[in-house]
Amino acid sequence: MTEDGRLAQIWAQLDLVMDPELDEPVTDMGFVEGVTTDAEGGVDVTFRLPTYWCSPNFAFLMAQGIKREVELLPWVVQARVHLQDHMSGAEMSAAVNSGGHFSDVFNELTKGEDLTALREKFDLKAFQRRQEVVIKALVAQGFATSALVGMPLSQLQRITLTDPEAAKQKQRYLTLLLAKRIAVDPADLALPTYQGAALTVEGFADHMALLRSVRINMEFSGSLCRGLKRNRYMELVPGADGLTLMDFMPSIDVGPPHTQAKHCG
Amino acid sequence: MFITPEGKEIFVVDGHTHFWDGSPENQANIHGKQFIDCFYAYHTGLSPKEELWEKSKFEKYTPDNLYNDLFIDGPDDIAIFQTTALNDFYKTGFGCIKRTTEIAKKYPNRFIVNGTFDPRHGEKALEWIHFMKETYDIKGVKVYTAEWNGASKGFKLNDPDAYRCFELCDKLGIKNIHVHKGPTIIPLNKDAFDVHDVDYAATDFQNLNWIVEHCGLPRLDDFCWIATQETNVYAGLAVAMPFIHSRPRYFGEVMAELLFWIGPEKILFGSDYAIWTPKWLVEKFWAYQIPADISAERAGVQLTDEIKEKILGLNAARLYNIDIAARKAEFAMQPMSIAAE
Repeated sequence: MTEDGRLAQIWAQLDLVMDPELDEPVTDMGFVEGVTTDAEGGVDVTFRLPTYWCSPNFAFLMAQGIKREVELLPWVVQARVHLQDHMSGAEMSAAVNSGGHFSDVFNELTKGEDLTALREKFDLKAFQRRQEVVIKALVAQGFATSALVGMPLSQLQRITLTDPEAAKQKQRYLTLLLAKRIAVDPADLALPTYQGAALTVEGFADHMALLRSVRINMEFSGSLCRGLKRNRYMELVPGADGLTLMDFMPSIDVGPPHTQAKHCG
Repeated sequence: MFITPEGKEIFVVDGHTHFWDGSPENQANIHGKQFIDCFYAYHTGLSPKEELWEKSKFEKYTPDNLYNDLFIDGPDDIAIFQTTALNDFYKTGFGCIKRTTEIAKKYPNRFIVNGTFDPRHGEKALEWIHFMKETYDIKGVKVYTAEWNGASKGFKLNDPDAYRCFELCDKLGIKNIHVHKGPTIIPLNKDAFDVHDVDYAATDFQNLNWIVEHCGLPRLDDFCWIATQETNVYAGLAVAMPFIHSRPRYFGEVMAELLFWIGPEKILFGSDYAIWTPKWLVEKFWAYQIPADISAERAGVQLTDEIKEKILGLNAARLYNIDIAARKAEFAMQPMSIAAE
């Protein structure tokens, strides 16, 4: 395989890694800065987040996801992640690269617990967000509520959604249904709750309100993250009259801040 | 004062403003630089192009800039200073109650200065609250739960140390607790934006008003649930406001949720100056209507003129016992050239 071919495969794998808070691919968000390969089957992925403060647990899930997805490629011996310009970037990268846990980095701050519960919470939100897009598209294409609540998986699989974004989300929704074993057989309900329970016509409006609130939260974060990411690294609109562009972030870290309590002035 | 196109005077209380020093000279370490850089990215990310500031001005602006942007150029009648200390990141603090008090003294009745404390300082925090009450007669505080303190990367409102501070606030009549939920809570393996500690604190301290900044976003649903149950929980609109420009439909969805769940009496305007300036925010807000389809999904709620007036000033005036008629009369007598002194 050519180097270009290898890189293309890696980027395709990276497309499968989601920002857990946003349920959007880290590649779409512009988080992945660079990918290199070496002769021993090693892959190095450098990534940066919108701020120095981005929640360490979200960052850790993404770092793990990158390593996991890239290492699924048969020719990759080892993938290494490098989180840059983050308050805990060096420690987290080291932990992920050595197969460690989140609690290895932040043992005192996590009471030794891992990220299982958090991961489950984000799976739920991803499910809800994807389902809302699919349902809204189906409603726009004329499906009645009664048809939606009883729709079998096989039918949803066959339907073509005309909106391209919805079509994309439908595939991702179907993937999640299967991965979480929410709907597996062709006759299983395609649009149940996350727990697999059937929706009802009477409860449909409330269910949609719930999905909407999940989306509002995720859009807030997504919108901020995109803006912050864009502006953090100076991709400002050129010619903005007289604006002093921001400095690049130094990648050095001066260690933990001093602990002394003091007051201002 | 904001004057509507029909000529009506709207009294504006800006519930969230800062006077900070984020300049390189005041930065104690890389974290201080990263913090102001992050604020600047918020500013550049969500402001209209014609409202952008240069970085150096953003890092450190003058009291004249502040007065002008809020009261001369801007529509504010009264602004509430929220002190964000960040003593681990800045040599003399990012915000500082002493510095803001000096400005407030220069412009009588224009500013309400809120203090801040860090419950992790234990006894010292209690002494500090006493000091702030005696020295500055504060009516409120801002607590920033994501603030670092040595090895600690944040705290919860229902931590025992925090409760001791709130007990003291209650006793001293420091009634308004502005809560800023940042992206870090303990334990660090849990949802970083969780707002449920507000629920505990608001239940246990019924005499205090809990104003949750950026209305709990990105956990708006949890926030609405809590604020619907707890009569003493309010939504501060700082950071949500600028979406009115960049994503107006989205802003409508947030406002529809808030109006539907918690109602128009418990929502407070805040510009988060100097991240954003109040002039364009208030102008756009007054001209804004929630899109019909979004409103229809939430029982037809709408931002009427009456509701906007509450959000822009009346609600905060109630929490801070502001005598609007007296202040209006007083400000009308002030020559506007005061800023040039």
